[in-house]
Amino acid sequence: MADFLQAFHTAVRLIVTLDPRLVEIVLLSLKVSLLAVAIASTIGFAVGGALAVYRFPGRAAVAALLSALMGLPPVVAGLFVYLLLSNAGPLGVLQLLYTPTAMIIAQVVLVVPIIAALTRQACENLLEEYDEQLRSLGASSSAIVATLLWDGRYRLITVVLAGFGRAIAEVGAVMIVGGNIDHVTRTMTTAIALETSKGEIALALALGIVLLLTAFAVNAAFMGVLRFATRLAYA
Amino acid sequence: MLDQAAPNDSKVSINGHTPLLPLELRGLSYEANGKRVIERVDLTIKESGITVIMGPNGAGKSVLLRLMHGLITPTAGEVRWGGKRLDRELARRQAMVFQKPVLLRRSAAANIWHALGLRGIARGDRAIRVGDALRLAGLESRAATPARVLSGGEQQRLCLARALSLEPDILLLDEPTASLDPASTLAIEELLLDAQRDGIKIVVVTHDVGQARRLACDIVFLHQGRIIEHQSAKSFFDQPDSDVAQAFLAGGLVL
Amino acid sequence: MTLNLDRRTVVHIALAALLGTLAPRIAQAEDQFIVVQSTTSTQNSGLFEHILPIFTKKTGIDVRVVAVGTGQALKNAENGDGDVVLVHSKPDEEKFVAEGWGVKRQDVMYNDFVIVGPAADPAKIAGLKDPVVGFKKIAETQAAFASRGDDSGTNKAEIKLWEDAGIDPKPASGKWYLETGSGMGATLNTAVGKQAYALTDRGTWLSFANKDGFKVLVEGDPKLFNQYGVILVNPAKHPNVKAKEGQAFIDWLTGSEGQAAIASYKIDGQQLFFPNAGPQS
Repeated sequence: MADFLQAFHTAVRLIVTLDPRLVEIVLLSLKVSLLAVAIASTIGFAVGGALAVYRFPGRAAVAALLSALMGLPPVVAGLFVYLLLSNAGPLGVLQLLYTPTAMIIAQVVLVVPIIAALTRQACENLLEEYDEQLRSLGASSSAIVATLLWDGRYRLITVVLAGFGRAIAEVGAVMIVGGNIDHVTRTMTTAIALETSKGEIALALALGIVLLLTAFAVNAAFMGVLRFATRLAYA
Repeated sequence: MLDQAAPNDSKVSINGHTPLLPLELRGLSYEANGKRVIERVDLTIKESGITVIMGPNGAGKSVLLRLMHGLITPTAGEVRWGGKRLDRELARRQAMVFQKPVLLRRSAAANIWHALGLRGIARGDRAIRVGDALRLAGLESRAATPARVLSGGEQQRLCLARALSLEPDILLLDEPTASLDPASTLAIEELLLDAQRDGIKIVVVTHDVGQARRLACDIVFLHQGRIIEHQSAKSFFDQPDSDVAQAFLAGGLVL
Repeated sequence: MTLNLDRRTVVHIALAALLGTLAPRIAQAEDQFIVVQSTTSTQNSGLFEHILPIFTKKTGIDVRVVAVGTGQALKNAENGDGDVVLVHSKPDEEKFVAEGWGVKRQDVMYNDFVIVGPAADPAKIAGLKDPVVGFKKIAETQAAFASRGDDSGTNKAEIKLWEDAGIDPKPASGKWYLETGSGMGATLNTAVGKQAYALTDRGTWLSFANKDGFKVLVEGDPKLFNQYGVILVNPAKHPNVKAKEGQAFIDWLTGSEGQAAIASYKIDGQQLFFPNAGPQS
């Protein structure tokens, strides 16, 4: 109990004083995860939409694989990317290991399956209603995908937020490819892991509270932008 | 009571296109889930007025319409418009309106805009056509309204206006007013008669006998996937050839 | 209504903005830095935060420490994912150099291990001089013992003590012998949570914030000394290794300035690491 109280107290103090080390790791966490989600969304929307609309042999298998990859453990994703980026690996020449870029790549690997699988589901639902009419209007398959993605935009916002939640909260992937290097690749989650391993339980909890608040703030911002856009120009 | 305008044969070829009539169905069959829905249909429609496809529910009217439009592929036989098989080029000259209005989560105007975009109409032309279509449907004041917020009748008028904005040579409608109130039904029917006057070939599926009387130039009567009758509306309503049609017109349940 | 275009443009702008904020980072990467593969116990002790700024201030070379288990640190270095290795497992270090992955191994410093345990001390080992005797008593009483179980330097030192005691704790794994497979801090958390004994380096213990009444029970015996070695990753095997800067760090660390910095690091007035670089070994 004392740890909880101390944690809240520490969290408030860190936030109110805008502790520079805290600000540094929060900004890095946001930069890595937001960028990863942006990239993953671009890829995921396209893959999910295409999977819903295009018919090709093995379609069901690909869909099943994507759904399975939603449960990819972050540490496994991290290992996979580490093996690619390591100096002993195929992409070692890029010298990306232990940089924020490597962390973004690892999180993209983690988040794409979620966004793709959920986008596919959303588009398939919409297709039930729109398929005949769109084909009657002469839409090509790619035009249908674009139409469905825009029409399903509210649901897709939620999908993006699900992907973001996964990214901001994971530690396994960014730990392995980032190395938790102070001032370079230390994020909120890796800092929490570090403080926990030092026995600094209250501080770790405090960081956890800040993480939750950050995630909440991002969610609220998304929803706010959404409402504003709706009012501005109902597309 | 609506007057049926005389069909204008000379306007069949619009925009200098080769005429798309006659519509010919040869040995057309369609099977779904092991069931023969359309049974070796032969049909020739030469007339340019409004053709109404009638019949009891489950006769296969909607399926027949979709076969004509190319939305589904027959299991046997073929569909020809003006001697040509259905292809992309031909499909671009058709438009279809469905029983339930299908509109995107956008404004009324944006829905028409989107459809014109799919057809590759240039942006400048799009603005003009969107305006014209909204005016035609009486929805000018609702241009910016989310389409799905409109009433059922307004939505269907919008769907019809959208179809007409594509300047089709052929317009196909599947029970367009089945769930609409009389005022909306009237509005739709007036639009169809206007379209017919402009030379657009219209094929309407309906189970509403009154609507058929109001609109049809010729009647195709379908029963259990087979065409039982095809004749001018006047002679059909005066005296149908078949017992089935007679029973149907009399209001009985035709099995 | 050209809304489709707007959406795409907005997305492009947003992406460009986010990528733009990344650019300064990429530029920063041009600043001099080396990657040192070291261990979690060394990092958790706080030593790096104390000595590295001194080196960076002097040379302008940033030292980026990747702190993992000893096994992982050496493996990473084998892959060329580091310029310098600083661990505390001499046999493994010598093997690393013998296999050609490292240039040369040098002593840097030593610290010591201690056996910590609950205040209740069920095995009654408090104050013993010989850690081997302590381990024997723990096994006899089947008192809970938390092992790192991760092939780290600390783990290997612990296993050596069991060997010296003539005991194989593995069959009891999961019963009184708990193998956490984790770093020192996580293992100590488990030990405290399970009221179990543990072998830990003094540095981690002194800065560990979750002691919960645990005490140092056995310390001081030479068997508990823990020697650190530093190695330059072999640039012949991995051309990307920053040999010049890496060697500069090693020279500083084993030179008088680095050794003094190490000695000056204290927690609660206690010195944790004892420099012993000496003449080149």
